[in-house]
Amino acid sequence: MRPDRKTRVFTLIVILTQVLGNFALSWGMKHEVEGLSFSPLAFLHAILAPYVLLGIALLIVWLLTRMTLLSWADLSYVLPVTSLGYVLNTAIGKYFFDEKITPARWVGTVLIVAGIALVGTTSARTTPVRVRES
Amino acid sequence: MQWLLVAVIVFSTVVGDLLQTIEMKRIGEVHDFRPGRIGALLAELARRRFLIAAVFFMAISFFAFMKLLSVADLSFAVPASAASVVVETVLAKLLLKERVDLRRWAGAGLVACGVALLAL
Repeated sequence: MRPDRKTRVFTLIVILTQVLGNFALSWGMKHEVEGLSFSPLAFLHAILAPYVLLGIALLIVWLLTRMTLLSWADLSYVLPVTSLGYVLNTAIGKYFFDEKITPARWVGTVLIVAGIALVGTTSARTTPVRVRES
Repeated sequence: MQWLLVAVIVFSTVVGDLLQTIEMKRIGEVHDFRPGRIGALLAELARRRFLIAAVFFMAISFFAFMKLLSVADLSFAVPASAASVVVETVLAKLLLKERVDLRRWAGAGLVACGVALLAL
């Protein structure tokens, strides 16, 4: 069963904001922040670095769109389907951080995509859904 | 120490996701995305106790993951998050009464194995 348009759009936003958010955050932590200590001032300084800030903003959007998606879709649907992010993170790691992709990683990628394809054929909601009065 | 952190990560991720799902299902399907309505929705989300608790558990999970990365390799840390996919699927069936059919079990299993392999 093909998911409806709203489910597809929100799934896509959830995946993209998580991948880009994690990327911006790790880029910022690597290039903008040196030796993070746990003093409040150092922490505040780290948070205000541009890429770190962008990463945090994207991850807030990720959290809110994921919550919205969960307002109608099953957790057991959202979880596997949005794990495409792991694959994209690996790809970004290869491209930007020059990490090697081992045969095991390729197999892992194929398994994840196969798992997503399988879950994607199931109905996004299997529990009664309340319609929000607004 | 490592395994304790893994246990904390899996536990807090699972609890956070379950709380979010329960509360969002209570709130009901969001279908109105006009700016004013989104603002009203955000105000409502910020007042829901389960969601506040969920964010708290997600924060614990996040900081435990950061801590784990400082004492263990990524190849040890990432499969830990793969374990929560399986645990959450089981609990989604038992607690949330979602209908997890064979395809969904198989898919969740494949994803978990795949994520574990990515770390190698």
